[in-house]
This record gives sequence, C-alpha cells and structure tokens, in this order.
Amino acid sequence: MKLELKGITKKFGALVANDSIDLVVESGEIHSLLGENGAGKSTLMNVLYGLYKADQGQILLDDKPVDFSGPGDAMAAGIGMVHQHFMLIPVFTVAENVALGHEPTNKLGVLDLEAARALVRKISDRFGFDVDPDALVEDLPVGVQQRVEIIKSLARDAKVLVLDEPTAVLTPQETDELMEIMRGLAKSGTSIVFITHKLREVKAVADKITVIRQGRVVGQAKPSAETKELASMMVGRDVGLTVEKKLADPGKVVLKVDNLSVLDDRDQRAVNNVSFDVRAGEILAIAGVQGNGQTELAEAILGLRALHSDTGDISISGTSVRGKSVRTILEKGVGYVPEDRQKNGLISEFSIAENLMLNGSFTKPFSNGLGIAFATRNRLAEERVKEFDVRATSAQTPAGKLSGGNQQKVVLARELSREVELLVVSQPTRGVDVGSVEFIHKRLVDERNSGKAVLLISTELDEVLALADRIAVMYRGQIVGIVDAKTDRAKLGQMMAGVTV
Amino acid sequence: MSTETKKEVRESRKTPVVMGSLATVILFFFGILGKPATVSFELTGVRELVQLPNLDVPSNLLGTSAGVLLLAITGFVAWQVRKNIRPSIWFSLVFGAIALVALLGWLAAGAVVPVAFILGSALVLAVPIILGAMAGVMSERVGVVNIAIEGQLLTGAFVASVVSTLTGNQIIGILSAMITAALFSAVLAVFAVRFMAQQIIVGVVLNVLAIGITNFLYQQWVTEDESATNSPGTLPIIHVPFLSDIPIVGPVLFQNRITVFLAIGIVVVLWFVLFKTKLGLRARAVGENPLAADTVGINVSRTRFWWVTVGGLLAGLGGAALTIGSSGSFGREMSGGLGFIALAVVILGRWHPGYATAAALLFGFSIILRIWANQVSPGIPTSFITMVPYIVTIIAVVGFVGRSRPPAADGIPYVKG
Repeated sequence: MKLELKGITKKFGALVANDSIDLVVESGEIHSLLGENGAGKSTLMNVLYGLYKADQGQILLDDKPVDFSGPGDAMAAGIGMVHQHFMLIPVFTVAENVALGHEPTNKLGVLDLEAARALVRKISDRFGFDVDPDALVEDLPVGVQQRVEIIKSLARDAKVLVLDEPTAVLTPQETDELMEIMRGLAKSGTSIVFITHKLREVKAVADKITVIRQGRVVGQAKPSAETKELASMMVGRDVGLTVEKKLADPGKVVLKVDNLSVLDDRDQRAVNNVSFDVRAGEILAIAGVQGNGQTELAEAILGLRALHSDTGDISISGTSVRGKSVRTILEKGVGYVPEDRQKNGLISEFSIAENLMLNGSFTKPFSNGLGIAFATRNRLAEERVKEFDVRATSAQTPAGKLSGGNQQKVVLARELSREVELLVVSQPTRGVDVGSVEFIHKRLVDERNSGKAVLLISTELDEVLALADRIAVMYRGQIVGIVDAKTDRAKLGQMMAGVTV
Repeated sequence: MSTETKKEVRESRKTPVVMGSLATVILFFFGILGKPATVSFELTGVRELVQLPNLDVPSNLLGTSAGVLLLAITGFVAWQVRKNIRPSIWFSLVFGAIALVALLGWLAAGAVVPVAFILGSALVLAVPIILGAMAGVMSERVGVVNIAIEGQLLTGAFVASVVSTLTGNQIIGILSAMITAALFSAVLAVFAVRFMAQQIIVGVVLNVLAIGITNFLYQQWVTEDESATNSPGTLPIIHVPFLSDIPIVGPVLFQNRITVFLAIGIVVVLWFVLFKTKLGLRARAVGENPLAADTVGINVSRTRFWWVTVGGLLAGLGGAALTIGSSGSFGREMSGGLGFIALAVVILGRWHPGYATAAALLFGFSIILRIWANQVSPGIPTSFITMVPYIVTIIAVVGFVGRSRPPAADGIPYVKG
C-alpha cells in the first residue's frame, strides 16, 4: 500500500513539532525516517496512527485521503505500529496478545483460542518468526516479543508497518534478524516506515531515507550516502563521529570488583559472580543488552544496593567499601552518572544551581557550616554552565526544563567538578542529541587522559567501541569475557548474546 | 532464531517457614499435649433419611495425625521451593483446612461435633465474604483497588432489610440492595476512572460514609419502630429434590437459601467470563496494561467503570445475605470487617474467583468454629477463640501469599497520552 503524508503540521502550544511534513512511502518500500531525539519523528507517526490529530495536512493511502480519529481507525485502514515500548500484556500468551481487541469468538462471546493460535502459527511460519503461540510473553526474550508485536500488526492485515526505534532493545544479532524480517515483509508488499537515529542500520536496510530535523524534512538521501553526510544532515552541522583518543596508559587499580553477586528488586540474582578491575587512566566499558544486570552492578558499586552473598567484595583504591554508606563511597572519590538522569540524576523541580550542589550540600564550598553559601553556589553554577556548555537561560532555570543533552551535561558537570578518582557512567548519551554526544564523549576521554578510572556502562555498541580501552561483555548477570577494544563488532555481538568466545 | 529461556526465580521461603512453625505448634499442643478424650463426629442429623454412625476419634490422636500430615505438606512445599517450583495455592488452602480441623478436634474433646451443621454454617457465613471477594476480583482485575467493599456490604445489608420489610417482598429487597451497592461502587469508579483520584482514599471515605449513613438512618428512623422497618424475616430454605437427601453433602450444599445458590453460581460464571470469554480477556488486559489495551481499541475507562459497578451488584447481594440471608434483621455496623476479610481473600486467592472462594470458605469455617466453640468449650476464654478468624487472616496474608502478583496496573489511574 502506498502511504502519502502531505503538509502535516502539528503544534503543541508554541512548539511546532511537525512543520508541513511531506512523506511518500511506496508499496513494498522500506522507508527510513532518520532524525535525532525530539526531531518530531514520533509525533509524526502518532498523527499517522490516529493518536494525535494534525493541525494541518492530509494522509493518503493509495492516493485516497483518510481521516483517523483513533488507533482503531488507523488499524482498520491497514496501518500497524510497533511501539518502542511494547504494547503487550506480559502475563498473557502470545496467542492471547495477538487476539486482543479483535478476538475470534463463537456466538456467545466465548474465546476461540484455537483459531487465535492457528493465526499466530500461520503468520509465524510464513515469515519464519519461530514464535510459539502458547508461550507467555513475559518469558520471551525481547527480540521475540518484538516479533509478537509485528505478528499483532500483520494479524490485522497491516499493509503499512511503522517500526518506532525497533533496535533500541535488541542485541546486534537480533537486529540482524529484524532486518531480515523487514526485508521479507517488504518483498511480500508491506510498506515499512523505519524510525531510527542509528545511521548504520539505516544504511543497511533502507530503500529510501527521509531526514527530519526540528520538525521539518531537511532532505532525502539514498542508503549509499556517506555516514558523515547523513549525520550532518540529521544534526544540521558537521559532527565528528569518532572521538580522538590516544593510547591508554593504565596506572594502578582503582576499582576492584571481586566475585560480586547482587539481587534485583524481585530478589532474583541480577549480578552473578562478577569480577573485574578498572585502572587509573583507562576506560573499561561494560557492554551488553539492557537488563542483563548492568543497572544493579552500578548501584552495587555505589552502595545503593546490598551485596548478595558473603563472598563478594568491592574495593576502591585498595580499601573495601563493602557495606559502606553511599556517602562514604562518594567521599572516596567516586563520581556517578546514573542511567536514568530524570529519575536518579537530577531533581527536575530544582534549578541547575541547586542540582549542581546535590552531592556537596554538606561540605565546602557549598556549605558554610550553617547553611548554603548562596553567592558561592550561584557563582560556581554560572562557571560550570559555561564550562560544560549547558544551553539554558540562566543557572536558575529548573533542570526539568532542559533538553536531554543539557540535563546530562549538568549531571556530568556536578560529578566532574569534585576530586574524583573513579567515574561510574551509565548510559551517558541515552536520549542525548548528537551534538551533545560529541561533547560528552570528549569530556569522558579527557577525564581518562587526566588519570581517572572510568567505568562506562552502555548498551550502545557504537559508544562502547568509540570510548573503551577494554570491553567487558555482560550477559544474564555474568561477564562473558573481557576483551580488547579492537575486537570486531560481530564477535562482540555474539558475546552479547551469551556466546563465550 | 533465539530460544526461550525461563528467568531464574527464587521462590519465597516464607511459606514453608510459616507452615512448619504452625504444624509444629499443632503437633505439640493439640497432639502430644492434647486431651485423650474422644471427639465424636456426628455425620448425620436425627431426622435424615440415611443414617450414618458417628465417627469417634481421641482428640490427641486427631491432633497428632493432623500435625504429622501438616509437617508432611510443609516438607513437600519446602522441597518444591528448594527446587524453585512455585507451590500450588491448594497446599496453603488444604493446610489451612487441616489446621482448623485440628483446632476443632482440640476444642471438642469429649463433645459431639455436628459435621453437617458446621460445614453448612461455614458456607452460609462465607457467602458475604465470597460475594465481597468477587466484587474485589472484578474491580482489581480491571485495575481499580476497591477498599469500599465493606461499605457496600453494609449498605446492601441495610437496604435489603429495610426494603424487604417495607415492601413485604424479599426479592425487591435483594434487588434494591444490589442496585444501591452498585451505585455506591459507581461512585468509586467515577472517582477512580474519571477524576483519577487516589483509589484507597476514596474507598476509605466511602466506607466511613456507609457507616455514617446506615447508623444515622438506623438510629433516627429504623429503631423508632423496628417491626415496621427492620423485620424482613429470612429467605425460605430451598431443598433441592433428591440431592438434599445425600448424607453430609445434601444438608451442606443442597438445603440452602437462594443467596447461597446465587453465590456459587456467580463464582462459576465470573470464572468463566474472566478466563474463557472475550469480555474477560479484555478486562484482564485493562488491568495489566491499559495503554496496550487502548492501542488495540479497547475503551479502558468504560471497561473499568462497568466492571467496578457490576462488582457492586455482587457486594450488594452479599450484604443482603447478611440480613435476609441469615440473621433476619439489620444491626449497627453488622458487616463487622467482613469486607476487609474479603479483600484479604482476594489477595490470598490470587485474584482468581475459585481460589478466592476456597479461601473465603476457610474464613467461614473459622467463624463458625468460633461461635460453636464458645458453646462447647466454656473453659477456653471466649476472647481467645474470637481471635481465630483474624489470626487466620494475618497468617494467610503474611505467610501464604508469598509471591502472589496483583494485576500490574492495579490501583493506577490510566491517563490517556
């Protein structure tokens, strides 16, 4: 089915999220919508899916104008959407999830689950999805859950399939499998809109590329275009995609993690007998797909989460910090950038200046012994806003009003402005614009060059490869192996799927 | 492609620990230190067609065997937990039932136990709890926490009694009770769904409101002339032909008031609707992941509103069972915490109509035990036996619930994006 968007404009108050966007997706085409976070890709797709009403513009399917008042209409017209956060019921089976909303029933409304299973099997076999209709969704790996989402759309006869950042949660292998599935679907005539900000994937799978920046279409490109060219179209200026970095000169061991086991919130063993060390002047990256224990590992190092067994130990600069309070650990010279900056890194209602003093509220220079040294605090805040290139009207702006990239710079500014020996950095560039990514990466390499030990936890393989001196791959709570930074992508991908190399 | 694998789950050790301590206590106090006097289980009443001999067991032997049996169950459950297998909920329920039989045997040393009477009364007493629990299951399954069951039982009880007396028609009384409680429930639904209010607070307020209104009307109006406003009598007892003549089973199950039969029917129907029909699948989806339900075209607000409101109908019937289904008149605050027990039952029954009913029966049993024990064992302090149902509640909720998982969106208002 041919999809055409004509002059779609969507405003939220003063913000123009989509500004007269035109897009044509031919039948059986994989059309990539490339743009940074906040460029307006998701808004556009939500307009297409009937979740938002466009202020102006038209949607045409096979050259006929359509008007959707809700997702139901869009589905009925043949549009399927695989959301970034899966819309699945974890405790239902695959068949129940696929059936939900248009259940096969007898005359009395009694479910015909056999028909639902048959439909799942039919679609699964046709495209080689290998999905068991009776499996509970919560027991399935993320990659398979995503296939369930695709089956959901196909079961509703979707002719246009929108995939919103589908690779964010996948291992490299699963990503390759997904691309294979996309090609198969396109061959059978399904049109695919592939929303992403990952250039490598766009080049691998797209037939056509439309680049969006600040709510506008800034151009079309062919997948044969240079990566650099696509990146500068996406960002609006030239960006350095690689970080300049000289060979590491590791010194003494700063962080030593020995036989560590940690439980997660549901009392399951999230980190299982993990041992590694990080030396001064090197970046050790923990690579791995999200949810393999990285979060719990970082929290355990910071003292936010108790160690599980009696055997494990964590030591910083030679002294054990097992069972020590978070404050004691921070005072040993640890800087921490949590993975979810909005939840754990900042207090959004607080101003930038207030956020910058969160980890030093009880010591000089922020405290004068009795209360807050306001003048000093504000002066220091202004300096750091400048140094870290935080784009804000003033240091008194609430942190919640900043963009993702600027928020992250505030967190970094806070953590790097103390005397630290060890930096624990989780997902430093998640939801951060490409321009800020460059800045943050450079700062992290600077810290390493100045002799700090950096533990980088990242699920983005590109980031790991760009920054790491050594790479530890984590899978199901264990370290599959610690390898050199020059290890190739395919091998790392296998390790991320648990294959010991 | 990728293979499925189960995540490593550590089953809670709480359950075997609680079970083990209880089993030991029972073995020690009711068995080893138990009284040797005979307990006589009277299986058939005097007027029944088929007569069975009484079953005589020494009290301490009963206590010992119960204790050993409980230890065996504990051992099996502990083994399952070690193997990371989740123990079936039936173990907890059977455990509870045996423990109560042991308590019964201890209390009844040297006395006669009218089995059919006790079981039958347990069922009748369980009916308001069962119906309250079904109301709870209905609303929590769609994601609304319903603390207000207590208030709904109370209003149901009041309306059933008063309307039956005023109209002289008990069916009209039952229907009015159901409708009133449903309206009451609808208030909760509107606040929870439309105004996204804190459901617990609304529930608590509704309970206090129900107590206030019924107390006010009762004192200011009903007590003026109880015979004209609060003497509905009880519903007639229906004997199911043939079935009611079976020993034990007959008197327990097939000689009852319409409220008991309705309650049993409602449990079956609710189970079927919830797990076998389109309606139930959608309701459960709304309670687990309302956003996902919304994206496939299910109206979350409407689903929540109707399930909570219809749940109120059931709680109203439960209230009617309290007055015209058993005691025959309304009394101040007569629901006496049954609504809260129903909430515990919902959790203990893992949000499943069948399991919840089994749990409710356990509570019914412990209540009749209390009433009956007060008569047969004057030596034991009344207040001690009065505690029994509540001790059972606490042990049930704290100990056996273990890792029971509520609907994921239970209590969380759905804000449309």
